[in-house]
Amino acid sequence: MNAHVALSLAALAVLLALLSSVVSVFAVRAPYIVRTLVMPLFGLAGLAALAAGLVALLQDSAATATLPMGLPWLPSRVRLDALSGFFLGVIGVVSIAVGLYGPAYVRGFEHGRDSLTALGAFAGLFLAGMLMVVLADDAFLFMVSWEVMSLSSYFLVAFQHENAANRRAAFLYLLMAHIGGLAILLGYGVLASFGGGFAFEAMRAAPLSPGWASVAFVLAFIGFGMKAGLVPLHAWLPEAHPVAPSHISALMSGVMLKVAVYGFIRFVFDLIGDVQWQWGVAVLVIGGVSALTGVLAALLQTDLKRLLAYSSVENLGIIFIGLGLALVFLGTGHAPLGTLAFVAALYHVLNHALFKGLLFLGAGAILHSTHERDLEQMGGLLRRMPWTGLFFLLGCISISALPPFNGFVSEWLTFQAALQAWQLESGVLRSLIPIVSAVLALTGALVAATFVKVYGVAFLGQARSRHVRRARQVPFGMRAGQGWLAGLCLLFGVLPTAVIGVIDGVPRQLLGAGLPQAAAHGWLWLTPVSPAAASYSAPLVVVLLALLAALALWSLRRGAVQRVRRCDAWDCGFAQPTPRMQYTATAFAQPIRQVFALLFHIEESVGQREDGALRYQLNIGDRSWGLFYAPVMRAVESASRRVVRLQSGNVRVYLGWTLATLVVLLWIIS
Amino acid sequence: MDHLLTAVAWGAALLQALLYAALAPLLIGWIRKLKALLQNRRGAPVLQTWRDLRKLLVKEARVAHAASPLFRAAPYIVFVTTWLAAATVPLVAVSLPTAAIADIIVLVGLLALARFFLALAGMDIGTAFGGMGASREMLVSALAEPAMLMAVFTLAMSAHSTNLASVIDYQLGTFALRPSYLFALGGLILVAIAETGRIPVDNPATHLELTMIHEAMLLEYSGRHLALMEWAAQIKLLLYGALIANIFFPWGIARSFAPAALGIGLAAVVLKLLVLGAALALVETVLAKMRLFRAPEFLNLALLLALLGLLSQVILEVGT
Repeated sequence: MNAHVALSLAALAVLLALLSSVVSVFAVRAPYIVRTLVMPLFGLAGLAALAAGLVALLQDSAATATLPMGLPWLPSRVRLDALSGFFLGVIGVVSIAVGLYGPAYVRGFEHGRDSLTALGAFAGLFLAGMLMVVLADDAFLFMVSWEVMSLSSYFLVAFQHENAANRRAAFLYLLMAHIGGLAILLGYGVLASFGGGFAFEAMRAAPLSPGWASVAFVLAFIGFGMKAGLVPLHAWLPEAHPVAPSHISALMSGVMLKVAVYGFIRFVFDLIGDVQWQWGVAVLVIGGVSALTGVLAALLQTDLKRLLAYSSVENLGIIFIGLGLALVFLGTGHAPLGTLAFVAALYHVLNHALFKGLLFLGAGAILHSTHERDLEQMGGLLRRMPWTGLFFLLGCISISALPPFNGFVSEWLTFQAALQAWQLESGVLRSLIPIVSAVLALTGALVAATFVKVYGVAFLGQARSRHVRRARQVPFGMRAGQGWLAGLCLLFGVLPTAVIGVIDGVPRQLLGAGLPQAAAHGWLWLTPVSPAAASYSAPLVVVLLALLAALALWSLRRGAVQRVRRCDAWDCGFAQPTPRMQYTATAFAQPIRQVFALLFHIEESVGQREDGALRYQLNIGDRSWGLFYAPVMRAVESASRRVVRLQSGNVRVYLGWTLATLVVLLWIIS
Repeated sequence: MDHLLTAVAWGAALLQALLYAALAPLLIGWIRKLKALLQNRRGAPVLQTWRDLRKLLVKEARVAHAASPLFRAAPYIVFVTTWLAAATVPLVAVSLPTAAIADIIVLVGLLALARFFLALAGMDIGTAFGGMGASREMLVSALAEPAMLMAVFTLAMSAHSTNLASVIDYQLGTFALRPSYLFALGGLILVAIAETGRIPVDNPATHLELTMIHEAMLLEYSGRHLALMEWAAQIKLLLYGALIANIFFPWGIARSFAPAALGIGLAAVVLKLLVLGAALALVETVLAKMRLFRAPEFLNLALLLALLGLLSQVILEVGT
């Protein structure tokens, strides 16, 4: 009974998303309709998706249904199990925030040249596509939904297409999305040919040899990894995510990357089923590399949205570290530990959706009120936009994995899983996992440095430009969207045991066992392995912090002078500081840039301008362009040049080639 | 879990937290006194740090015009977070409920939270020195924090627990001089020096503008705000001292809440801290402060040592 409630709610979510897309057509005549109707429908679709996800997570069994569409021999089937439910919930949570935030944000476009119809229509399609990917129960519907998601987001990236750089970013995105989609399609092809059908049910039962299973895994890892922005396939991500309107950036970084993670989990943990630990090693290494290079690249950025996009690369790296640990443990027969690592990865999926959504919405609020994305022009925004400043601060603390916020919980769980490496038999694995956890620790510390830089430069200090000095509070809806996510960041950080109790349904259905010991000692205690091995009580940490703060305040009230006098800054007695004397974002990152200089392509030069003033130039390039993309591009180009020789311009020659190909194909098939 | 929630244990935990706050200035006073003696000065009395704190606490605080609310909240957040972090490290007795609430990773996380707000406070007024201090502090911590985690993971892997009380219990039960411990000890000492801003990474006595790290972030603070920040730094030093003393040299620490055991525990930890403080004073007298860009080499050494410790643990010592 309840299973159908979940599925109906999910259907409602998809329909609402499509409706918001269709309604946008009327925006041609009445642009205000996007603000008054389309965005609220979008938020309602998110709400329905969240409700469907929650109901599905609390179920013990999956619900299936057959849609009145599809191919004659393959009716489209949808299935809602706990894994789909979890990702529906993740999509829903961020979509609600976007629905709250969007109306005020799109108002800024009403008098511009850009088409609001396109914005509303493709946003609705985008959401519907993501929801359908998560619900699909056969490869055909999955790929169709996947392409709907990719294509509609292409149009959203290309929304402000007057700018040549945006067009270039959108094209790069489209290209990469298709290469990735091809790899996924081939991966499904391997499973379908062994399973004898495109339905996921047939693929699950496919008798795969280990070799073919590895081929399917590699294809899926490339395809989904490309969408998830793993290094070295990440180069499109920091180009494409920042140029979309901010609420769409929040959806792309916060949610669409998670859909790629969903695809990976569905493909590897569910459809292939028998995982091999060697895959885990590959995932661990790629995840570790992504985490570290992602955060270092983020640290060096001065464009706020670009920085956040690079930070998504880093967070997806952390998620894949968790998934890699799960694969290693499951592949070597340590199912409970595999479950722990899997839950850690899922928790980070949820957390990243929350805080990255929040931070992108915050960046959008700054953009809305100052038209500025460049950190070097910001400063002192906390006093101009106190609510955005507060929510952004909570987001920065969460993403830096600091207790008692949510980012810390997932990092803590990942460390706990990594610390169980002593149970493994292989010495190589036992030493690889600690190295990856060292990378994770280094990443965590660098993230904190990155977000101290972001917050300190953007929100603290003094304004570095005139329009930032005149920034104004954003409208209520935009603050509400951020507040919703910020509140959840705190809530999911303080009550991890309850959250894991809900997430637990996913491994119970997918891996056959949950993590019962995590919540065995009540909601106060999180004990992922056993109370003797590790325990963390976030509620008590918060209570103790409050108690100690009360104690400190109470004892200071007695005796101390309460008055605070305002005066000029001291600054070692130098001249009164001006905004130009502040540390800039570039200066803040300079020491770390110098330490990790080898990882980047850095061009630094000091010259003189015509008027005699010194001019400092700094270009930081991504090494993956030179190391990975350029060789691939050269190979493709030289191959094309060879193929060009076939192109004589003579129709008879072409017909000859066609005939020859046909004969060869017939010979192969016979 | 429930057995930990007894009134006695919580009382002991509270007392220990107060003891951290009380002893921290004395440790600094002791180090300063010894340094003065080593430099042929007479030096201020050991209690001088307490008097300084008291004086700062009753003075009027001055805050720059450009300061945001975060500037005034930061000292309280930094102090309380550091204090709670310290309360999770067993000082006199082992089996405290605070150690179950927050394990080693949470301890590192709490210290990182304090540092996060310290660095933000440094950038709040928008002075050049504040930003400089924050930038350098984040550089040092970015390299020191992983080393610290790796060092404590080495111990956690041997004890099969990240709970500090369990780690110390394990140490007391089966003490053996293993290579991994020596590496971890070396790494942790280097991290402690870097994280608490001592020579050769940072100089706590300097106000020479261009060499400051920690002091640069506190430049704009005065009165009770400054007192809380300084006190937090002192508690942090004591925390690292207690961590090193009680994990690597756990002898004497009380395993029950009997008065005699607690007395021995207190005496033992005071003795250990006196020795560690003397060693630090000696090191600070002999060594000169490094240039900032030598600090990464120093910290890479710490990270390398800690990682070697972890690797030798998982490769050589598993199953022993």
